Amino acid sequence: MTRSPAHPAPDQPSGPPTATAAPPPAPRTDPSTPSAAAASSGASAPEDPRAEDLHTAIPSEPDTLRALHARLADAASAHEILDVAYTVTATALGTLLLATTPVGLLRVAFLDAESGDIPPRSAESVLDELAAVAGTRILHAPARLDTARRQLDDYLGGRRAHVGLPLDLRHARGFRGEVQALLPSIPYGATRSYTELAVRAGRPRAVRAVGSACATNPLPLIVPCHRVLRSDGSLGGYIGGLAAKRALLDLEGEHA
Amino acid sequence: MSNPPFDTVVRDHGDAVLRVCRAVLGPGADAEDAWSETFLAALAAYPTLDPQANVRGWLVTIAHRKAIDVHRGHARRAHPLAELPERPSTTALPGSTDDAAEVRAALAALPEKQRMVLAYRHFADLPYADIAAILGGTVPAARRAAADGLATLRRRLHNPHHGGTE
Repeated sequence: MTRSPAHPAPDQPSGPPTATAAPPPAPRTDPSTPSAAAASSGASAPEDPRAEDLHTAIPSEPDTLRALHARLADAASAHEILDVAYTVTATALGTLLLATTPVGLLRVAFLDAESGDIPPRSAESVLDELAAVAGTRILHAPARLDTARRQLDDYLGGRRAHVGLPLDLRHARGFRGEVQALLPSIPYGATRSYTELAVRAGRPRAVRAVGSACATNPLPLIVPCHRVLRSDGSLGGYIGGLAAKRALLDLEGEHA
Repeated sequence: MSNPPFDTVVRDHGDAVLRVCRAVLGPGADAEDAWSETFLAALAAYPTLDPQANVRGWLVTIAHRKAIDVHRGHARRAHPLAELPERPSTTALPGSTDDAAEVRAALAALPEKQRMVLAYRHFADLPYADIAAILGGTVPAARRAAADGLATLRRRLHNPHHGGTE
């Protein structure tokens, strides 16, 4: 964790998600292993008895790194060279990762929810997916998501019926995209069945495809896939876990 | 295979690059400016980075240029670290901040090239081949600069009142 001062998610492994990062660090000259150090560098340089002192004298405090990271995010936004800005935020429904592009909100991901047999997702796996979709210039830039976070808080607190922000729907393709485009037409507090949605999408037999369109909705909560149930009224599935779906339906039932 | 999200690069290398900038420029605002300039330039160029590239070496190459830019911006002044007061250590506790200040002062008094070689070797863990490429010299020259720098550091730190006179 000491190597990840800028990362907001406390439980992420600190290692890089791929093998493209730096080579394994060469051993530093260490008084206890002078021969190993000399062998690794092939150096004729004398061992440095003060190597640790050098690290103590030239520190890199986590607070400074955090501040520098924030400054970098601001500068990158100002220079418009950021593909994706993201933040991780705790809500009543669990930990969410929110991501935006210059176009609009790109992704809402439940990080600690198990859904059926799908294990919880890590922030890193979500960011890898976003890098493939929207570009690798991704930074933790919470300020860029302040409005989204505030509106989401208000929605989850029953003070607001929907998040009214521009969306970046580049994820949405094909039939899944068509189904996802229909979801916002289901009013707050109302529900539809997967079958009804299949009919409205013009493919009445594609009920399972409607289910997978909901399961792959890149913007849950914002694009209300939680309002789609089985024909018998049972919950079906939900990306954020069934407890979250139940809580959302109760919330909307209460405030509709 | 493509590069990981840039956020990963900042998390994995931000610490080493800050130490490199501080070792070269001193632990003040100049080093933090160089860090910011480095990562901003790296971010802009990131989509063109070869996924097989050594990211640490690439960042230090950028940081090297940014540090030189910052340094040239202050060309009329003395090096910021050379202005550090050379206080005698009254507490003399190992690991005290006075010790750290002595090490910083000794590092700052080194010729720039030696300081850079030591920074890239000790804080970025770069191989001498990469360091030589960054500095535009030969590998033996880089090794020699590191050895000379360490020898001077050791001499100064063992005899702080005779330091820097070579």
